[in-house]
Amino acid sequence: MIDYLLTEEQKMIRDLCRQITDEKIRPVAAEYDKSEKFPWDMMKVMAQSDLFGVYIDPKYGGMGGGVFELCLATEEFSRGCAGIAICYSASALGAYPIILHGSEEQKMKYLPSIAKGEKLAAFGLTEPSAGSDASAMQTTAVKDGDHYILNGVKHFITNGGDAEIYTIIAMTDKSRGARGASLFVVEKGTPGFTFGKKEDKLGIRASSTRELIFTDCRVPKENLIGREGTGFIAAMRTFDMSRPGIGAQAVGIAQGALDEAIKYAKQRKQFGQTIISNQGIQWMLADMATEVEAARALVYASAREVDAKVKDVGMHSAMAKMYASDVAMKVATDAVQIFGGYGYMKEYPAEKFMRDAKITQIYEGTNQIQRNIIGMALIKESAR
Amino acid sequence: MNIIVCIKQVPDTTEVRIDLVTKNLVREGVQAITNPFDTYAIEEGVRLKEKFGGKVIAVTMGPPQAEAILREAISLGCDEAILVSDRAFAGADTLATGYALSKAIEKIKDYDLIICGKQAIDGDTAQVGPGIAATLDIPQITYVRKIEDIKDGTIVAERMTEDGYEVIETKLPCLLTVVKEINTPRLPSLKGKIKAKSAVITSWKAVDIGAEESRIGLKGSPTWVLNIYTPPPRPKGQIFEGEAQVTVNQLVEAAKGLFH
Repeated sequence: MIDYLLTEEQKMIRDLCRQITDEKIRPVAAEYDKSEKFPWDMMKVMAQSDLFGVYIDPKYGGMGGGVFELCLATEEFSRGCAGIAICYSASALGAYPIILHGSEEQKMKYLPSIAKGEKLAAFGLTEPSAGSDASAMQTTAVKDGDHYILNGVKHFITNGGDAEIYTIIAMTDKSRGARGASLFVVEKGTPGFTFGKKEDKLGIRASSTRELIFTDCRVPKENLIGREGTGFIAAMRTFDMSRPGIGAQAVGIAQGALDEAIKYAKQRKQFGQTIISNQGIQWMLADMATEVEAARALVYASAREVDAKVKDVGMHSAMAKMYASDVAMKVATDAVQIFGGYGYMKEYPAEKFMRDAKITQIYEGTNQIQRNIIGMALIKESAR
Repeated sequence: MNIIVCIKQVPDTTEVRIDLVTKNLVREGVQAITNPFDTYAIEEGVRLKEKFGGKVIAVTMGPPQAEAILREAISLGCDEAILVSDRAFAGADTLATGYALSKAIEKIKDYDLIICGKQAIDGDTAQVGPGIAATLDIPQITYVRKIEDIKDGTIVAERMTEDGYEVIETKLPCLLTVVKEINTPRLPSLKGKIKAKSAVITSWKAVDIGAEESRIGLKGSPTWVLNIYTPPPRPKGQIFEGEAQVTVNQLVEAAKGLFH
């Protein structure tokens, strides 16, 4: 691996997460993949090791790092199980809107329990008819005295049902389109807030994905994040920050698949020699390793840019997410190929990486949407 | 409640070799780790602190590099760490080690409980813990698998035996040696690791703890290792099959043969 000149503290985060992955996550990854149970015991281990707060200000009980630290943790966990890793990092996605746009009171109220890992958070934007076109959302929030009344359905929500704190985007003024969207914090247990069935997924099966159903759900007006009408912009800013995290998850998956492929190629014998002796396999591995490293470099650079509060990080974070996830898909597929028939069997770890990799090309903006973002940024840049 | 946890740096079990000439463990090139049984002692100490308050002090006797396991102990929740280290301690057997550690503990003075792992994985003697208790003249409960209760200066603990367990009640301060059934050690925390990195490790030499010269190191060690060898594997047992009346007679005859 390239020396990314990590600080002492960043090395500690990486090493600690690697230890958790090796000792705790890897032994249970296949079981959670099969059972689709929520990995509470793994969440507890991460919480006990202070890892839910790596990106949160010490003022709110965190460790004071940023997106980069979150990426280091997510990457390491994803080497063992991308499903378990996303339960962890989706909590950060739920917390970002509060960090970015929340009031001091909201931060004091919600961030400490998220930083300690006592409560998981989740972010709710996607709806059955509003995926890539987030502005088409139907969920409404109508002001009624000291409350907003939420109605509508969010779906495919990671940590849905298992998280306690939800940041939800809803239309406060439908006539204004995207400018009529607002963000709210909704806590689990609020009357009128229920959950749909848990989705049965191709990959990241340890994570939970559910519908959030709002039926005349009354939310106190103090739970509005920022001002009315700023929800869509806040959501886009949240994604600008969170995309490197998906990139890091993808890098972890790719690295995990590559590690397994190398290990297997060194022990598998055919035609009287280990298959790694074949130049054909070596070339495959060389391409895979180079792509993983390139993806990592891009993800790290993008995360550091976000943390340095550089203006307009959107294009680079889109590149990082898109490139790393395409690499994860390719590398994981090649890893299955190196495993041959065994790679197709669930008894071996290769196929899980391939199933897990696919989602990274889809969620938090499909890679086609990422290309739109990059394309638009190129047009904007060239017009200057 | 103040708890002292005695730990030892050992070579990673899977790689231990013995020097056939000196009869000592070959430590070169082998990764040094915290004795695995001691990690249960650390965890139990930290859990008791979380329950009752107070502090946990990790103590080890060893060469300067044993500082590494003390830092690890801090990352796992111990508050202070003391390294008992002096050339004069070299060559100590279990008696001399128990003596040196008990002198260090006397110097710490203010403690309610001492916790040790049941034994170290290198020597496997299980003698140092009991040796400390004997030297300090405090009660000991060995092979503890569960602490049932601690209150009013009394502890009740379950002690594992070969065919079950005993429940023992005794007065504090006392010494426990613990077995792996007692808990599942946690992994370090990030805050703990950061604290461990900059923690000041207290280092005590023989004179600091007022150890008598004749009772430490080689001089204080009556144990002489004459030979170390791998015992021959137990021969395979014999199974008698068939009708009970026949097999019982066969068994009796075979047993007779063993004793003649």
